Amino acid sequence: MGVPLIAKQVTPTKAITGIVGFDEMTGGGLPRGRTTLLAGGPGSGKTIFAVQFLLHGAQACKEPGIFVAFEEAPKRILGNFAAFGWKLTQVLDKKLFFVDAQPMPDLIQSGNFDLSGMLAGLQAKIKETGARRIVFDALDVLLALLPDHATRKIEMHRLNQWLLDHEMTALVTAKAGADDVGPSSEQPYAFMQFMVDCSVILNHRMDLGVSQRNIRVQKYRGSSFMEDESPFVIGRDGFDVAIARMLGRVDANVTAERVSSGVKRMDTMLGGGYYRGASVLITGFPGTAKTTLSGAFAEAACARGERTMFVSFDSDGSEVIRNLTSVGIRLARFIKNGTLSMVSARTITGSAETLLVRMKTLAKEHRARCVVIDPVSTFSKAGNELTAHAVAERLIDWSKAEGITLVCTSLLDEMSSQANGGTPLQISTLADTWIHLNYLVQAGERNRGMSIIKSRGTAHSNQVREMILSDNGVTLADIYTAGGEVLMGTMRWQKESAERIANEVAEVAGKLKRVSLDAEEAVLEVRAKSLQTELIAKQVEKALLVRTTDTRERESAVRKIRMSELRGADAPKLRRKVKTA
Amino acid sequence: MHKFRLYVAGDTQNSAQAVANLTAMCRTYLPDQYEIELVDVFREPKRALEDRILMTPTLVRLEPSPSGRIIGNLSQTQFVLQALGLA
Repeated sequence: MGVPLIAKQVTPTKAITGIVGFDEMTGGGLPRGRTTLLAGGPGSGKTIFAVQFLLHGAQACKEPGIFVAFEEAPKRILGNFAAFGWKLTQVLDKKLFFVDAQPMPDLIQSGNFDLSGMLAGLQAKIKETGARRIVFDALDVLLALLPDHATRKIEMHRLNQWLLDHEMTALVTAKAGADDVGPSSEQPYAFMQFMVDCSVILNHRMDLGVSQRNIRVQKYRGSSFMEDESPFVIGRDGFDVAIARMLGRVDANVTAERVSSGVKRMDTMLGGGYYRGASVLITGFPGTAKTTLSGAFAEAACARGERTMFVSFDSDGSEVIRNLTSVGIRLARFIKNGTLSMVSARTITGSAETLLVRMKTLAKEHRARCVVIDPVSTFSKAGNELTAHAVAERLIDWSKAEGITLVCTSLLDEMSSQANGGTPLQISTLADTWIHLNYLVQAGERNRGMSIIKSRGTAHSNQVREMILSDNGVTLADIYTAGGEVLMGTMRWQKESAERIANEVAEVAGKLKRVSLDAEEAVLEVRAKSLQTELIAKQVEKALLVRTTDTRERESAVRKIRMSELRGADAPKLRRKVKTA
Repeated sequence: MHKFRLYVAGDTQNSAQAVANLTAMCRTYLPDQYEIELVDVFREPKRALEDRILMTPTLVRLEPSPSGRIIGNLSQTQFVLQALGLA
C-alpha cells in the first residue's frame, strides 16, 4: 500500500436524502450523525420520506440503513412501496433492513422499565450490517407505552444519546395533529423538537377542495435552510419537493440556436424563430388559433426529429390531431413514429403542483426537447392562484434547466382586456417571447391578428399581421394599413384587389398610349422620308435646269459668233472662253 | 408447571429488581412449580430484536397458555399476580 494520493476525505456534515428539492432546501440533506424529527399528520407522507432517505443512503451513498417499524409490519410497508418506481428489493436485506418493533398487543405494564432491550438489539444489528442511517417510524407508538411524561423524556434522552454515541444519522417520525403543529405543550413529543438537531414538518391540507401538501424545515442547528413552506407531491418516484430557483444554482445553458415556430413568416418576424430553450407564451381569447400556432410549432419540431410532448388540457389528443389536420398540420405521422407524445391532461386531476410533477415525469419519460402546454392557464384553475403562479414559475425554471423549448398557450379571460396585461398566472413576465392573438371585428367579420408583444434578445417586427388558416397551414399576411386604417380579411382583400385592378388599368392605358405614339412616330417618319425624296427630285430638277440654261446660253453665243462670221461682220471678236460641256 | 422467560438488560436497576421480584413471587406462590429462563439482552442482543423486546425488563409467560407479557420491574406484586392469574 502506497501513500494515498488524496487526503482522507472529510465526512460531509450532511447526509443527502435523495429527495428532489429537500436537499436543496436544507443545503445538502439531514444533519449527519444527528437526529432529525419528522412530524406530520396521518397520511402526510412521513413513512415515504423515511424510506426514501434510507433507500438513497443504501443505493447511492454506501450507507446501509435500518428501518425500525413501530406501527406497521415491515411486510405491509414493503407491500405499500411496491407501487413506487424504486428498486427496493435490490438492496433489501443487503443494505436496507427492516426491524419489526411493533409492541405486542398483549402487553401489560407493571413498574419501571426502559428501552435498553431495543437499543441493545439495534446495536448488534448496526454492528452486523454497518448501518449509518436509521429510521424510527412512528415513535409516538413507543412513547405511548411509557407511563408518564417524565419517563418519556428520560427515555427519549436515552435514545437520542444512544444515537449520538453511535454516530447514526437518524430520522424519527412522529404523528402530529391533522393540521399544523399546535402549541408545544399539547404535543406529546414536543420536548423532542427541542432535543433534536433538525425538525421537519409535513402537512396536508385542502385548498378550495384541492389537496395541497407542504413541507417545512422548522429548525436545523448549525445550518441555514429555506424557511418557507414548500409544496410537494408524492409521485411515482416518491417525494418531489417544489422549490423555486435558488441563488447559487448553476445557470442553465443558454444557446443562440433558433428553432422554427412552424410558421415561416413568423420566423422572419422573430428574426429566425424562437431561441432554443426559450419559453414562449401565446395568449389570446378562445378561438384565436392558439392551439393551431402551438401545433405548428410541434409539427416543425417533430419534422426536425426532435422529441416533442404536447399536453392538452382542453381536449383529447386525438381531437387535437384531427382539428389540426384540417389546417394542414399533420401530427398523426409523428405519433406513429414515436417522436410526438400527446398527453391528454383532462384526466390528470389535482393541484397545480401535481400537474407540474406529472408533466415533468412524462417529459422525462419521453425525453422531450420541446414541450407544448395547451393551455397553461389551467394551472390557475387547480387550487389557488398564488400557488399556481409559483408553479408556472417553476415550470419555466424547469424547462430552462433542462434546455427544453416550451410553448404555452394561455387563455385570456373574455372580460380582461389586453391593456391590464398578462395572464392570471403572470407568466407573461417570465416568458421570453410573448405572442398575442386577437380578433378584429370589422364589416361583419372576425379576423385573426397576431403580434409579438415581446421577444427577449431578438429583434422582432412590431407590426400586426393577419393570421390566415387554410388547408395548407398557417400563413401570415401583411395587414392593409392606409390613412390610419387597419384592414383585415375581406376588406383587406377588397382593398388589395381594387388596388390591383387600378394598377392594371393604368398599365393598359400606358401601353395604349405607347402604341399610339409609336404609330404617330411611324407616320412622321414616313412623311420625313417622302419629303426627303421630294427634296432630291427638286435638287435633280434644279441641276437639270441649270445645265440646260448653260447649254442654251453657250449655243446661242456660238450661234451669234457663227452668224456674225457668216455675215462678215467686222465687230471685234469675242475673246470668250467657251466651255465645252 | 409455570415457565417464565425474563428479558433483562444486564444488572441495571430495573432489571435487577425484576429478577428479585419474580423470584420472590414464584417462591411464595408457585413453590417448585416454576422455571425461569433469564435472557440478558446485552449478551444476546439479536434475540431481543427477534423476540420484539423493546423494553427491559420484559416478562414472558410461556406456559401455561395463553402467553402474556409484562413489562416493568414487577414491583406491583398484586397487579402482577392478577395478570398472571395467580391471585
